[in-house]
Amino acid sequence: MGRVVIDVMPKPEILDPQGKAVVGALPRLGFDLFTSVRQGKRFELEVAGDVTPEVLEQARRAAETLLSNPVIEDVVSVREAGPAGDTTEAQA
Amino acid sequence: MKVGVVTFPGSLDDGDARRAVTLAGGEAVALWHADADLRGVDAVVLPGGFSYGDYLRCGAIARFAPVMTEVVRAAEGGMPVLGICNGFQVLCESHLLPGALVRNDHQKFVCKDQRLRVEQTGTAWTSSFTAGQEITVPLKNGEGGFVADTATLDRLEGEGRVVFRYLDGNPNGSLRDIAGISNDRGNVVGLMPHPEHAVEELFGPGLDGLGLFTSVLSAGLEAIA
Repeated sequence: MGRVVIDVMPKPEILDPQGKAVVGALPRLGFDLFTSVRQGKRFELEVAGDVTPEVLEQARRAAETLLSNPVIEDVVSVREAGPAGDTTEAQA
Repeated sequence: MKVGVVTFPGSLDDGDARRAVTLAGGEAVALWHADADLRGVDAVVLPGGFSYGDYLRCGAIARFAPVMTEVVRAAEGGMPVLGICNGFQVLCESHLLPGALVRNDHQKFVCKDQRLRVEQTGTAWTSSFTAGQEITVPLKNGEGGFVADTATLDRLEGEGRVVFRYLDGNPNGSLRDIAGISNDRGNVVGLMPHPEHAVEELFGPGLDGLGLFTSVLSAGLEAIA
């Protein structure tokens, strides 16, 4: 069973209030080295067989039409990954 | 004139929207998200609240509801469509309106009576107002910040498609204080504040919201005449 991982991030010019809230909370726990946080989304899509170029192409189109809104978000990565439970990702 | 109000899983203000239509003198028709059927209505309201848990993004799943295929088709044919709050988010996700709504810049839910200026009275939903009229209706949202790129904002301003603007301070970080916009034809309008909560004495801040619903009814009468 193959798996595709997709990362979506808010566009740099769009204010990211969630990231802002997180960066505000970090110093309260002593994590004082971080000046900025942006929070995005990670999707894991599974397929029955292998991750073929066709699967990746369809994942890319899904990422651009449903999984992200191009007005406010960028699809930063669409890549093959190991099976579910395996946190190591295949090299693209 | 029949005005349909869609109920999505999670809609909160569909009942109030139907009530507003009735108080304005129209016939309110309940529409169901899973039915690809507009039941012969002359206009549609997408109400406030939530839809499908607002998973992914607000309005992102609702956009693909069976009823929305019909709403999009009807809107492109000129039918008046009003999106309030979550309905506005659904209209943006459906590409019937440009831009998007993001989390309030101050990261808090806002719930207050909000003063607005009616900037455009040439739409199907604002003809009952006078240009520049100031109204007060409730505002309640967590993700009400209207954003779009500069070119889109300039086009909206230049084409007179900013329909409502926030007064007395910006409650959610919306760019250029934009509270509501229309499509180029003026039949589709979306706004974050809730006019359907200001249609009856003793409930809400007054009757200022009624104008949107009387507008669409008079637009319908003109179409018949």
